Amino acid sequence: MYEVVVAINIGIFILLSLSLNIVTGYAGQPNIGHAAFFGIGAYTSAILTSKIGFNFLISLFLSGIIAGIVGMILGMISIRVREDFLAITTIGINFVVVAIFRYSPFFGGSFGMAVPTPTVFGIEFNNYTYLSLIYLFIVLIILFLRKIENSWFGMALGGIRNNEEAAESIGINVKKFKIVAFTISTFIAGITGCIYAHYMSFISSDDFGFLTSITILSMTVIGGLGTIQGPIIGAFILGIIPEIFRFVADYRMLLYGGLLVLMMRFQPHGLFGKESFLLNKLVNLFGRGNRW
Amino acid sequence: MFLQQFVNGLVVGSIYALTAAGASMVYGILRILDIANAGAYAIGAYTGWLIYGLTGSILISFIGAMVITGIFGFIIQKSLYLPQMKQSAIVPLITSIGLFIFIEDSLRLIFGAHIKDFAVEVPIGNIVLVNANISGIWILILLVTAFLFLILWWIIVKTKIGLAWRATAQDMEIAQAMGVNTKQLVALNFFLGYGFAAIAGIMVGIYYNSIFPNMGDVPAYKMLAIIVLGGLGNPFGTVIAALFIGLIETFVGGYIGFFLPRDAIAFLTLILIILLKPQGLFAKNN
Repeated sequence: MYEVVVAINIGIFILLSLSLNIVTGYAGQPNIGHAAFFGIGAYTSAILTSKIGFNFLISLFLSGIIAGIVGMILGMISIRVREDFLAITTIGINFVVVAIFRYSPFFGGSFGMAVPTPTVFGIEFNNYTYLSLIYLFIVLIILFLRKIENSWFGMALGGIRNNEEAAESIGINVKKFKIVAFTISTFIAGITGCIYAHYMSFISSDDFGFLTSITILSMTVIGGLGTIQGPIIGAFILGIIPEIFRFVADYRMLLYGGLLVLMMRFQPHGLFGKESFLLNKLVNLFGRGNRW
Repeated sequence: MFLQQFVNGLVVGSIYALTAAGASMVYGILRILDIANAGAYAIGAYTGWLIYGLTGSILISFIGAMVITGIFGFIIQKSLYLPQMKQSAIVPLITSIGLFIFIEDSLRLIFGAHIKDFAVEVPIGNIVLVNANISGIWILILLVTAFLFLILWWIIVKTKIGLAWRATAQDMEIAQAMGVNTKQLVALNFFLGYGFAAIAGIMVGIYYNSIFPNMGDVPAYKMLAIIVLGGLGNPFGTVIAALFIGLIETFVGGYIGFFLPRDAIAFLTLILIILLKPQGLFAKNN
């Protein structure tokens, strides 16, 4: 049972890291408030299912839509500002969203909200259902990302990341692609938030704060931005460390902060990203340079 | 009531100005958004608190915290930021976020998570001006802010270092080619920037009579909002933007009774301004 709980937690962070990677890794746009969209999804579903009595599947979809719409607005803002100012804007959005959840009675204020356990097709959800659902989504998203990587869309995002002006000059519609990337990324975060809310059965604004955003960012960056394997391995490593070494739990943010600094200083592409020493060693060790 | 709110907004604004000044200086030269500056602010507050506890003199605590935090800033730029200058902007940005989290959590582990009192005896009495009651601490804050910005203005506008500073801010490579020792300048820049943040941290600690490890959270994004408003790395635009935000927050909070906490107001102002005038309110035309 304990293993299932750990696997669910790691799975949730894998989903979040993969979704952040679409904007920050592929398109090169920093989003340091990703937890806000995670929270928007969670609160949307909490309201829809507990106050209005929507079915879980509908509310799952709507959570993604609402988070995606807010993400689309963020994408529109991102067109107007340079990447470093976008970073501040996203931090600010995170603080404002948390403040709205915390101070408005509609969202339960500082007491948080209780979220009902969903029943779909007569089956009441338990931990194994959540586990299967989460890993089903992970597989779907990986398949989707592999499609993206080799598509015109993925290459356009890479172009935007490497040089926006150059991408624009060869006819890539930078605005459109940025907005689409933000929308997809926050849509996934919203869906993850919905699953998280029902799984926890209780949510409060603190779950979606700046530190959660930093955790997601750390996982993505430490694994390797702009790859599929990077965020997955990053989320797995940073998720499993506090479980194996219990004493680390209290020093978690210290560890994440320190790792972020060290990675950026010495391995800006991440442990398993492009040009990573570790990945190169592993590939050499096993003989052939197969694609992950 | 109006006068009281006005003075209150002015005090809050001048604290913001000091907080944002450090990050603004760093941005002006290196084009790095240094979120870790908000960590320096917390370090400064704790260092000042420690020194005040040891010596009982607020003057020594100001100077000591400024020097120690300044040296910290010097080490940071030498070991972290300078080697990253050739990377894309997101690399130093993530570094500074990591550093910020690291600093906050270190402070939590060293001093504990609970709030510490920072009560200071100020040798200035309260002043009653018409119907506004101005406490000695407020006067101290206004005086120190004015003094520090006067010094900064003198350095940047009147001295030879200031000339080199302005040249480097315009174009680092050309300034270097003209014989400016840009490395030294960046070092000075970080020393002053982190020192200013330390002073701001102490003053906020005194103002609210409390310091805690994550006291830098709100300044971390609010000071960046102020930098954007102030026209990106122009320290004097930053002062005006900071006073502006301080006054807006106080008046909106005091008269309209905004449903959001006051910290969100600065951010909403920022979003509006970014959308209406992306280059900032007081951007220089160049």
